[in-house]
Amino acid sequence: MLDQLQLTGQRVIAVFARLGQATLFLYQIIMTLPGLMLRPSLIIKQLYSTGVQTLLIIVVAGCFVGMVLALQAYYVLVDFGAEDSISQMVVLTLMRELGPVITGLLFAGRAGSALTAEIGLMKSTEQLSGMEMMAIDPMQRVMAPRILAGFLAMPLLTAVFMAVGVLGGYLVAVHGVGIFEGVYWSLAQLKVDFYSDLMNGMIKSIVFGFVIVWIAVFEGYDSVPTSEGLGQATTRTVVHGSLAVLGLDFLLTAIMFGDI
Amino acid sequence: MNSKTVEIAVGIFVALGIAAFFMLAMKVSNLISYESASGYQISARFDNIGGLRERSPVAVGGVRIGKVSSIEYDNETYEAVVVMEIEPKYNRFPTDTSAGILTAGLLGEQYVGLEPGAEEKFLISGGEITVTQSAIVLEEIIGQFLYSKADEK
Repeated sequence: MLDQLQLTGQRVIAVFARLGQATLFLYQIIMTLPGLMLRPSLIIKQLYSTGVQTLLIIVVAGCFVGMVLALQAYYVLVDFGAEDSISQMVVLTLMRELGPVITGLLFAGRAGSALTAEIGLMKSTEQLSGMEMMAIDPMQRVMAPRILAGFLAMPLLTAVFMAVGVLGGYLVAVHGVGIFEGVYWSLAQLKVDFYSDLMNGMIKSIVFGFVIVWIAVFEGYDSVPTSEGLGQATTRTVVHGSLAVLGLDFLLTAIMFGDI
Repeated sequence: MNSKTVEIAVGIFVALGIAAFFMLAMKVSNLISYESASGYQISARFDNIGGLRERSPVAVGGVRIGKVSSIEYDNETYEAVVVMEIEPKYNRFPTDTSAGILTAGLLGEQYVGLEPGAEEKFLISGGEITVTQSAIVLEEIIGQFLYSKADEK
């Protein structure tokens, strides 16, 4: 009984200790950012591996999500003779929720796991210690460009996801079930607010991107430098990243759209 | 991978993201209608505005020409004051124009419908429409219908 209690206490303390480590880690990285600005090539290289290489899965997923949304909206709305409203449903769903959330989940799975594995492997092959030996700060050379690149890539990916989703919905609504083209766009314009819908979705994506790369880079940096530890760290990145996205999404939605 | 290729790919990626954002802003959201409606303002007083809200459309003959910019309650006349912003190019409304709150479809959203009159003079910006017709509240109609049925018996 007492052992059990002790174990629980230990776990809780460990959670807080990790959170503290992660925060200090982030602080160290932010401190190195001004120096990083002098070397944009590092950020561009990371933008390529986090952004460009994630683009394909984002485009394909966005297209199918938009198409499915339009089809499901049609099946429900046609009973009420309100199938013209498909565009509102597709666009609002994509902008407010699905755009940032699905992009976040895919980003955590595609880019986050790769970041963790890469940094974890650097650690286990002692490349990070090697850099320190050569008086190169790995925080600035390795961690900071990755964090900044993920932070920049995520809103761009979300915008692409939303746009492709809207076009996918357009494809199904106009060419699939026969809504008039003008109705599709004009009803969306009527209901979708630039600030409260599009910008809030973008703010969500920025928050998600920041949290995902933070988790990913920290898990890599903090991983146990064995093949098993590396696998666990990668899994943790995807699990914690996805849960953080979903949890934060509820919180942000409550703040932005609700009266809670 | 060649660093030039990487740079080009990243450049395309960033351009694509920004283009997607602009496409969403211009084509899908109401950003454009924010700017176009400004200048010509007219107000109208209603006993009951029903479900009218700010940014509800203002239409003449079914054509959207502006939006409701503010709704306030007048404490002295006990009426709702609806201020409408009309696009500047449609600034020729006769002084006896009437306004009514209509519903798009049976359950659609409510909008202000203007009906131009026959006067020679035109309303100036800030002018007020005097002939108005309130929103039709479904509960009131059902209530009246039930009472009239009861009277018949």
